[in-house]
Amino acid sequence: MAEKYKRTDGRAYDEMREIKAKAGVIKNADGSAMFSFGDSIAIAAVYGPRQLHPQHLQDPSKCLLRCTYDMLSFSVNERKKPGPSRRSTEISYVTGKALEPVLQLDAYPNTVIDVFISIIQADASTRCAGINAASIALANAGLPMSELVTAVSMGKVAGNILVDLSKDEEDYRGEKIKETTDIPVAYLPRSDKISLLQLDGRIKVAELREAIKAAKKACLKINEIQREALKKIKE
Amino acid sequence: MDKMDKKEEVKGKQENKEKREKGEKDKEEKLKETEKIEEEKERKIVVPGEIVAHGFQFLPGDGTRREGPDILAMKFGLLEKNDRLVKIIPLSGAYLPRVGNTVIGRITDMNFNGWFVDILSPQEAFLPVSECFARINKADLAEVFDIGDMIVAKVKSIKSRNIDLTMRDHGLHKLSDGMIVKVNSSRVPRIIGREGSMVKIIKDETNCNITIGQNGVIWIKGNDIDDELLAKEAIEFIVEKPFIEGLTDTIKEFLVKKKEEMKREEKEKLKETEEKKKEK
Repeated sequence: MAEKYKRTDGRAYDEMREIKAKAGVIKNADGSAMFSFGDSIAIAAVYGPRQLHPQHLQDPSKCLLRCTYDMLSFSVNERKKPGPSRRSTEISYVTGKALEPVLQLDAYPNTVIDVFISIIQADASTRCAGINAASIALANAGLPMSELVTAVSMGKVAGNILVDLSKDEEDYRGEKIKETTDIPVAYLPRSDKISLLQLDGRIKVAELREAIKAAKKACLKINEIQREALKKIKE
Repeated sequence: MDKMDKKEEVKGKQENKEKREKGEKDKEEKLKETEKIEEEKERKIVVPGEIVAHGFQFLPGDGTRREGPDILAMKFGLLEKNDRLVKIIPLSGAYLPRVGNTVIGRITDMNFNGWFVDILSPQEAFLPVSECFARINKADLAEVFDIGDMIVAKVKSIKSRNIDLTMRDHGLHKLSDGMIVKVNSSRVPRIIGREGSMVKIIKDETNCNITIGQNGVIWIKGNDIDDELLAKEAIEFIVEKPFIEGLTDTIKEFLVKKKEEMKREEKEKLKETEEKKKEK
């Protein structure tokens, strides 16, 4: 079924691009981090918990987590019109949902935690890079968390299950199989739960299972890098 | 003969004294060494989700959680094991007020029976009129504290919704002059040092009056601006390098050095002015 496919940068199917992570990159934020998959670079800044305005949004039982995902205008080849779009609004929403399960939001009633994710260079799987960066930044902000959230994008290109797609691979059209499927996955490694699973395209159930299995394996590696980034902050 | 004996006796006593002193010094050094080793052993950076202790003999303290037999880290910070209690000292994060904390805050608003105070915590604090030190004309609260004023206050109680402050205790007052330095609240214990040793050094070396709020706001009041700036520099030094061993000694050296530099600069300036006068 699957066509023969050679990845553009010569990686193995289960190999990720070079990953870099650094905590504490923004001085004025309460917590911050940079995370990159190859040429996809995300920076995240966390402010709070702080007082929430307007007051009608306040929840006396828990804290509000407000995520903002933004691709900067110079992050892609053709200048992106700055400001929120239909796409960024959706990604902001799912990022919040992916991060919420690990946070102890009931510890800070009537407040808000702001997470700002900026993509400064985009080469596919930016939402995953954003979630990874935000997760490090939240820990860096000293917030109580049960664990770090880790995300990776899976894909089906020309019938093959690949880890961490780049833009070229996302746009690839095979000779017979003309479609690619994109599956971002956010995984909680310690409790073995999935907090984000999106699917854009078509895939068989067995293949999806295979993809999730591969995603979990990749996430464990990313998780290790996230921890190291936090521990390095001492110097 | 008698005199000689006496002299020898005195010598012997002196030697004994020296020996004792040496012994004590050795003991002290050994104690210090063991302390250092313990600190190194017990202090490790941990990340949320990490297993920090295993077994039911340990008790989960601040920033940790029990899950089955394991104790997990809930926060990013330094791990501290005190006998059976395992806790995490956070390296960053917002200030969480505790009852009895002395804090420095800014008045942001007032209503008919008190003031709202920003103490850099997630929620705003409230100072009721009844907890103010002076007898007050309720009609004009702004006469006592106006918006923008800085005050030293104490956290009296924390209920689910509000943090109440009090000023009915000694050492609590309104700040009228001096300098404010803001640091992260997690660095405050370092600045205070073991039983106040660090602040004492800074106070003595710079001749400044320093009040440290647990929320990370520090008030410095010295005789002149140079002293205040020096104290500020020392505090910033501690904030930047909180992990150095023997930080108190380093700070002392740092302050002495800075003072010498300042003296030298003053002398040079004096010389220059004198030379200019001569030229004229």
